[in-house]
Amino acid sequence: MQKKAENKMFKASWAYDEAPESTNHIQLKKQYDLYIDGKFTKPVKGQYFDTIDPSTNEKIASVAEATSEDIDKAVEAAKKAFVGWSKLSGKERGKYIFRIARLIQERAREFAVIESLDGGKPIRESRDIDIPLAANHFFYYAGWADKLAYAFPNRSPKPIGVVGQIIPWNFPLLMAAWKLAPALATGNTIVLKPAETTPLTALKLAEIIHESGLPKGVVNIVTGAGETGAAIVNHPNVDKIAFTGSTNVGKYIQKAIAGTHKKLTLELGGKGANIIFEDAAIDQAVEGIINAIFFNQGHVCCAGSRLFVQESVAKLVIDKLKIRMETLIVGNPLDKNTDIGAINSKKQLQTIENYIKIGLNEGSEIYQADCKLPAKGNWCAPTLFLNVSQSHRIVQEEIFGPVLAIQTFRTIDEVIEKANNTPYGLSAGVWTQNGAKIFHLTQKLKAGVVWANTFNKFDPTSPFGGTNESGFGREGGLHGLKPYVKFD
Amino acid sequence: MIPNLDNLPVYDTAGVNERIARFCSRSIKSNSKLEGLRLALSMVDLTTLEGKDTTGKVKQICYKAMHPHDSLKNIPTVAAVCVYPAQVANAVNALKGSGIQVASVATAFPSGQSSLEVKLLDTKFAVDQGANEIDMVISRGQFLAGNYQYVFDEIVAVKKVCGQAHLKVILETGELDTLDNVRKASELAIYAGADFIKTSTGKIQPAATMQVTYVMLDAIKDYYIKTGKMIGMKPAGGISTSKIALQYLVMLNEVLGEKWMNKNYFRFGASSLVNDILMQLVKAETGNYQSSNYFSKD
Repeated sequence: MQKKAENKMFKASWAYDEAPESTNHIQLKKQYDLYIDGKFTKPVKGQYFDTIDPSTNEKIASVAEATSEDIDKAVEAAKKAFVGWSKLSGKERGKYIFRIARLIQERAREFAVIESLDGGKPIRESRDIDIPLAANHFFYYAGWADKLAYAFPNRSPKPIGVVGQIIPWNFPLLMAAWKLAPALATGNTIVLKPAETTPLTALKLAEIIHESGLPKGVVNIVTGAGETGAAIVNHPNVDKIAFTGSTNVGKYIQKAIAGTHKKLTLELGGKGANIIFEDAAIDQAVEGIINAIFFNQGHVCCAGSRLFVQESVAKLVIDKLKIRMETLIVGNPLDKNTDIGAINSKKQLQTIENYIKIGLNEGSEIYQADCKLPAKGNWCAPTLFLNVSQSHRIVQEEIFGPVLAIQTFRTIDEVIEKANNTPYGLSAGVWTQNGAKIFHLTQKLKAGVVWANTFNKFDPTSPFGGTNESGFGREGGLHGLKPYVKFD
Repeated sequence: MIPNLDNLPVYDTAGVNERIARFCSRSIKSNSKLEGLRLALSMVDLTTLEGKDTTGKVKQICYKAMHPHDSLKNIPTVAAVCVYPAQVANAVNALKGSGIQVASVATAFPSGQSSLEVKLLDTKFAVDQGANEIDMVISRGQFLAGNYQYVFDEIVAVKKVCGQAHLKVILETGELDTLDNVRKASELAIYAGADFIKTSTGKIQPAATMQVTYVMLDAIKDYYIKTGKMIGMKPAGGISTSKIALQYLVMLNEVLGEKWMNKNYFRFGASSLVNDILMQLVKAETGNYQSSNYFSKD
């Protein structure tokens, strides 16, 4: 094993002073209610829960917990609103969506800070990726609103009705945008539930939607945990469910709606294979590994959490990766220089720590970057596991944290077999300077997205989604409209 | 012996650009900024390379090198003054006792389109005049034609003539076309005995870019991993503001780290950069930006 000191031979000495993004420009209320029928409404049962800052575990605000009574009200409001909204011309619907997009842009800085505060992701990511992409999704689908006839020529697409949308905590605003924008563009009305650990940007989005003058009841935002979600899924007047989250919950939803008229799209877990060939641009591939697994603390369903390196360059790549990991800055999510922020919740941290234990018990070799972690809050140092095999649990199961399992391979067929040897099928990455190899691999890899010489890149025009236990249905692009329309 | 150039790392431009965007988005504030500015100032090779350079002009620039801004306390002098061979004696004289190095361009700078004999004589003349550092240019024509052995031998020969003087090898990356070529030329220069590798003459656009500097730092890094020997880096041309200089330092800090963060292993070939750094340092002290007329232009 390489000595730890050797990875520090290029250790940075120039420590950057703190550069925290200011929080004095954000407006947060102490308590948030449910956004139902165009009004902020108190929950029927009057229950609230705390949303906390995972970097300090301090409370930020209390948020209403919606029960089935509240969901009844929300679905009722959406059903009523559907009559007018679905008849509105595409051009008029588009205007509202454009307005929402512009309002997000105008308040991008505030959104970015709240996203990092509530979810723990570095401000660099919320500022440069989450928020701009969310606005872009609204812009993109606003453009489709009056062109649906061209998206589905000669098929006269019609909206489905009331859509229940349940989104995860890893990209709170972005996932809300992915779900809301196409549903609105196609003329559906919505009941959306953000995750219980990260409800704030969705509630700020409710304020923006209110400001945009969107007819009441078209978008309803209800907060709560699993039971709230279940109430949406099981509500008889919901016509479609769109869910992004864990595979277990996805399976539950599919069982729950079996035999009903409800349509379903699921975007679930993943265990993405990131494949580095010997003819890759090694230095950029190392960056790609970092982006694939440490982006958003590894809380990414399409994370490249299984690394396959061709044997001839394995030592080189792993040595370089270790050296590079020593320069990653882990800490305050609001600091502009932070590379890796806080783990989203105590519960998730326990899950990750448990998997690290499992990895050690399975006899894998662990390497963790030697970084200072803050005393308070939920933190996990970037972690590698070496000497693992396909039979290790840390290779098979989604960890959803900054933990990478590294294997080596010798031939193309071998790596294709191993990469596909997973119940999931969401993402994969291929690193080579050989174009033919890229095309060969993209045909053979069973994954919804295959990136070549890059990883974790998203664009509103590009469809995203999985196969097998990673779910079905696409979000983004022209394909993202289809789950929200029905044909005569 | 000439290194094996067949198995060199290759570079993906999109990936390099992405990495560089990350360096540029680092937020350098308060003390770390002052530290960075002072460090950058101490790394400058204050340069004048013009046909119209006179003895008087070089003397003035040497004074500026020693006294960048006397009203500011605790600021370093620049690292070196860089001139043509004909001005070396003049600069040596003007900088006597200051500890500032005299660098001279040589080998038919900037094009290098001459015979080896002439180049060696050019170098010998600069060294004899008292230059401590020689900035040579490689034969880009020979390089692009694939005559790597020629380029390698030429650097070896110049290094020999340099004697005690440090050798900086200018790759003129603006003429090398690809990042892979930059890596190849870096490799040739390092194995042929360069103490420093340098991006550009400043006479060709583009001059230094963060992309080519990144690739050269990567070559230095790999060489250090392999041999334990440290090679210096000098981006030159186009680095005219403190902001850009700090971005280069962030890159240096995060690619090569601590050991390289000093003037023995990193230089900026620049002239107008100095006044911009001074302006920032004065701003930090007084809270106000002063007009450029408060800073001497030599």
